[in-house]
Amino acid sequence: MGTEPVTMRWDPQLSGPRAGRRLYGALVSTQPQPDVDAARPAIRLRGLRKRFGTGPQAVDAVAGVDLDVRDGEFLTLLGPSGSGKTTVLRLIAGFELATAGTIELGGVDVTRRAPFERDVNTVFQDYALFPHMSVTDNVGYGLRVRKVGRAERASRTQEALDGVRLGHLGDRRPAQLSGGQRQRVALARALVNRPRVLLLDEPLGALDLKLREQMQVELKAIQRQVGITFVFVTHDQEEALTMSDRIAVFDGGRIEQLGSAADVYERPATPFVAGFVGTSNLLSGAAAEQVLGRSGTWSVRPEKIRLDLDDEPAAEAHDRSATGVVREVVYVGSATRFVVDLDAGASLVALQQNVQTSSSDVDAYRGRRVRLHWDPRHEVQVADPATAPTAH
Amino acid sequence: MTALPPAGTSVAPGVPAGRRLSAWLSGRPRVRLAALLAPPAIWLTLVYLAALLALLTTAFFSVDEFTNAVTRTLTLSNVRDVVSDPAYLRASARTVGVAAAVTALCTVIAIPMAFFMAKVAPARSRGLLVALVLTPLWASYLVKVYAWQAMVQPGSGVIAWVLRPLGVDGPGYGLMAVVLTLTYLWLPYMVLPVYAGLERLPDSLVDASADLGAGPWRTFRNVVLPLAYPSIVAGSVFTFSLSLGDYITVQIVGGKAQLLANIVFANYAANLPFAAAIAIIPVLITVAYLAVVRRTGALDNL
Ligand SMILES: Nc1ncnc2c1ncn2[C@@H]1O[C@H](COP(=O)(O)OP(=O)(O)OP(=O)(O)O)[C@@H](O)[C@H]1O
Ligand SMILES: [Mg+2]
Repeated sequence: MGTEPVTMRWDPQLSGPRAGRRLYGALVSTQPQPDVDAARPAIRLRGLRKRFGTGPQAVDAVAGVDLDVRDGEFLTLLGPSGSGKTTVLRLIAGFELATAGTIELGGVDVTRRAPFERDVNTVFQDYALFPHMSVTDNVGYGLRVRKVGRAERASRTQEALDGVRLGHLGDRRPAQLSGGQRQRVALARALVNRPRVLLLDEPLGALDLKLREQMQVELKAIQRQVGITFVFVTHDQEEALTMSDRIAVFDGGRIEQLGSAADVYERPATPFVAGFVGTSNLLSGAAAEQVLGRSGTWSVRPEKIRLDLDDEPAAEAHDRSATGVVREVVYVGSATRFVVDLDAGASLVALQQNVQTSSSDVDAYRGRRVRLHWDPRHEVQVADPATAPTAH
Repeated sequence: MTALPPAGTSVAPGVPAGRRLSAWLSGRPRVRLAALLAPPAIWLTLVYLAALLALLTTAFFSVDEFTNAVTRTLTLSNVRDVVSDPAYLRASARTVGVAAAVTALCTVIAIPMAFFMAKVAPARSRGLLVALVLTPLWASYLVKVYAWQAMVQPGSGVIAWVLRPLGVDGPGYGLMAVVLTLTYLWLPYMVLPVYAGLERLPDSLVDASADLGAGPWRTFRNVVLPLAYPSIVAGSVFTFSLSLGDYITVQIVGGKAQLLANIVFANYAANLPFAAAIAIIPVLITVAYLAVVRRTGALDNL
């Protein structure tokens, strides 16, 4: 390995004087190197394809992905199991070689480069901490490999561990840590190298819900502080919506839609996105004609729909409304989901906050005739797969 | 109507005897443990330890000069002879040297082989590769040693024939031939534990090391080797102790070389107590080796 990966780094401290600045202070005040073109994306994927196997068993895990990840952005790859998210991440990191297409990091084509020649670091789903090394040695590994001096290595390692609030556990082995602590060691081990890009493959997947929510907030805060580009993989749509600057929704090795959380949630481009991000509440064909008075496929989010018993007075005149029968009632604590079979033929889910009602009250709705109504502004036209615009 | 079961048993009538026995045992862990351990414990004490004990005591007997019969009076003379004669010390050193060389060669050959099998070859072909490594074990030991005799034969041997264009002579009979033959014989005993150890090593650790900037060699040294180390030591227990005890290979391809095991073989007919005294040396060496190995924690992997 030459010195190239080191000079490629945008952290000026690596070459400049290194007063004992704390990692956090240092990372917060770190500015992109002047020669890095700000308009140039941190990652640029063009026509990326990956095929596993040959002959009839071949799988196109990634089937043509074009993607620009902006510098400093938090981008989430969201999609169902087997949609190719991990494979895209492994292609960027260099663990897999692309079948076709190119990968650029900061404007440099790295498609054929080995992982250790790419200025990215990965937080693995199983954390991949070295079991035979202490926490400190794990975190310091990248610096040791890159021949950073002993004194600087020790101080940067300690600062990175302090940064994830594990400064006191440096002597432990990974096996002696809890899941959440391991996750933070993996994060510190990647961040201490100050890469241009951090890749995270479902880093919170193994944590329980409480810890998961806490780590979501922490991870987002750290990303904002260090200003590193994060590419984050998850199949949890809520996680994607809360953390991301932009979301790329994957299906079958392709990007179905790329946009902000609000874009993919409120303006899903395809029925798949409407269904995967949130509940698909689709009206199409005859049902759309009858309820909405127009053709095409339309989506209305469950929380935008209000539900009244059919015998109650009708709502404001400009509201859209439809009648039907409650088929299913799901009590979820703070709210209740009602699945309603419309007289017009489709079925819609309505989410109602349990402001006045309790679980026994809502159960009484099962089988009752109800009226749904919503503001027409919340109807979003969803393109059919055949006519969907290709995402960029 | 079925009759009520007699008081004090919870087992329903009509339950097969085997099930009833296991139900009875499940409440009595000590009985269960004793029943489980008794057969191997009896085997171990009677067959294994008794033989070792017989070896130890025989070493302190002597032999009648005229009839060659073993006299059962305790004497230290055999042990004294073995310890005081530098020839036996040299033979011990030579034997340990051969065993160490065989172990080192096996390690060097086995690591890349096992790495290929566990990490490079497609998962489908792993079973086949393991079978291929095992196939030589199905052939008779003697046949394999005679095959190696043909390989190393001075002048007309396969190795000599291959090396002739280079103007080099083959190894001929001697210690070198012994080391080569034993390496061939014991290699599977090193490949299998190392393969099992590498198979257990998650791929993501190798990826993580490369991700953090380490080239292949550093990854091997810092991650693969330390984690495979216990399995290498486990394999070395086999290659080392098997080499210490081998005498047929030495006789067939060893030329004039004398190792402990064939000194034992040469003496046992004429002077069994003396042969026993020599045979204790490899036992002691093996015990010492195991004691060292135990401290590395590698025995947990056997
Ligand atoms: N090494 C491999 N060999 C063969 N097929 C593979 C390999 N890795 C992935 N695949 C296949 O490629 C497809 C995409 O896999 P990938 O791991 O990228 O999915 P994913 O989106 O990360 O799913 P998940 O959410 O379950 O992790 C799957 O059909 C998978 O079976
Ligand atoms: Mg995955």
